[in-house]
Amino acid sequence: MSLEPHHGGWVIVLSFLVSFMLAIMPLPAWATVWRPDWIALVLTYWCIAVPQRVGVASGWFVGLIHDVLSDTLLGQHALTLCIIAFISVKLHRRIRLFPRWQQVMGVFGLITASQLLNAGISSIVGNPLLEWSFIYPAITSCGLWPWVFIILRDMRRTYQVY
Amino acid sequence: MKSLVIEGQPLTIRVIIFVVASIALMVADHRLGYLKTVRTHLLGLVYPIQYLVDLPVKTGQWFSKRVNSHIQLLEENARLHEENLRLQVMLQKFEDLKSENKRLRELLGSSVKVGERIEMAEVLAIDLDTAKRKILINKGQNDNVFMNQPVMDAMGVMGQITQVGVFSSVVMLITDPEHELPVQVVRTGLRTVAKGMGTVNRLSLLYLSHSGLNTGIKVGDLIVTSGFGQKFPKGYPVGTVIEVEPDIGKPYAQVQALPRAALEHNREVLLVWKKSKK
Repeated sequence: MSLEPHHGGWVIVLSFLVSFMLAIMPLPAWATVWRPDWIALVLTYWCIAVPQRVGVASGWFVGLIHDVLSDTLLGQHALTLCIIAFISVKLHRRIRLFPRWQQVMGVFGLITASQLLNAGISSIVGNPLLEWSFIYPAITSCGLWPWVFIILRDMRRTYQVY
Repeated sequence: MKSLVIEGQPLTIRVIIFVVASIALMVADHRLGYLKTVRTHLLGLVYPIQYLVDLPVKTGQWFSKRVNSHIQLLEENARLHEENLRLQVMLQKFEDLKSENKRLRELLGSSVKVGERIEMAEVLAIDLDTAKRKILINKGQNDNVFMNQPVMDAMGVMGQITQVGVFSSVVMLITDPEHELPVQVVRTGLRTVAKGMGTVNRLSLLYLSHSGLNTGIKVGDLIVTSGFGQKFPKGYPVGTVIEVEPDIGKPYAQVQALPRAALEHNREVLLVWKKSKK
């Protein structure tokens, strides 16, 4: 564990709060299946940038809040988000060095996998999978990744989060 | 926030602990009932986030009300006044019928539940899980909302409460694929079950045999709650039959209904408390 003092934790909390709000923001009916997985994007960024602070445990807590907000089974998003956090922390050194397009591919893979796991869990509970719609959030999320990355990186540098 | 014990372990062990914890939580939430109180408090905890998301929508509505022209408001006022008078007259008749009904029931010696307390709640503009048809309202445990409480609007039955939070609660609409409602055809008294299909504004009526179609149900029939299952009060309108299709290949006929309540574009809903009388 790290012994150096932490700095700028409120930026992390604020970014998660905004992602929660974006995740439950009302959208027109046709757009709801295309809603990017904002929470996973923000979590992935912080796991890569400050893995000593945001990791599996934070991912799990964030997922639990996500579950309560979207009225899914308690633990459903907690499971997928803590796995996303695990992979991002495990590979954070490599992902940092990736060119941007490779990061985009990585994010696409991560979010597709988590959506698939989510769909699997809901079909066990009795809501069967709706065709290919699970892949739409992955497409919009990886398209937004470069912007999320730049915004959060600038915020991290400005407010010196480490 | 993280404890030293957890922090000290290698990443793989930590993720295994959390994965097992989530699976245990999911099983407990799905199979056993005792996470209800935990959810109640968690829902109360996240209420500020939901309130913040709803705020711009509410402000927009307030603003559009402000800029409504004076003439428009006067017209609306006149219309509402007229409607109120008409309803008052109908209510007088209703009171008469109610007391007559009560007298007859007493003569028959059957116990009867009379009267329901009704309160209004607001729908928060929040998107929940897309696969389900659920909405969030701004009344919770603090307002004595309880599990499986019926929710209506002015036109008919909307659904029932499935999660109670401290300040808010989740309503499962009658169109949710998991929702089943005991109903009755007004014209013939035929009883059936209205099940949600997960699509907007469609109900499927279950267990209707092909021979039952001849006499029991036809397009345009009004269906109301039958009061079976004790959760919903009897006789509230649910929907209108719009499609009756005898399908010989299947054991039951395919009958669909259109819900009466404006399920997808309501801002206000009504919560019903049964007042039971001994």
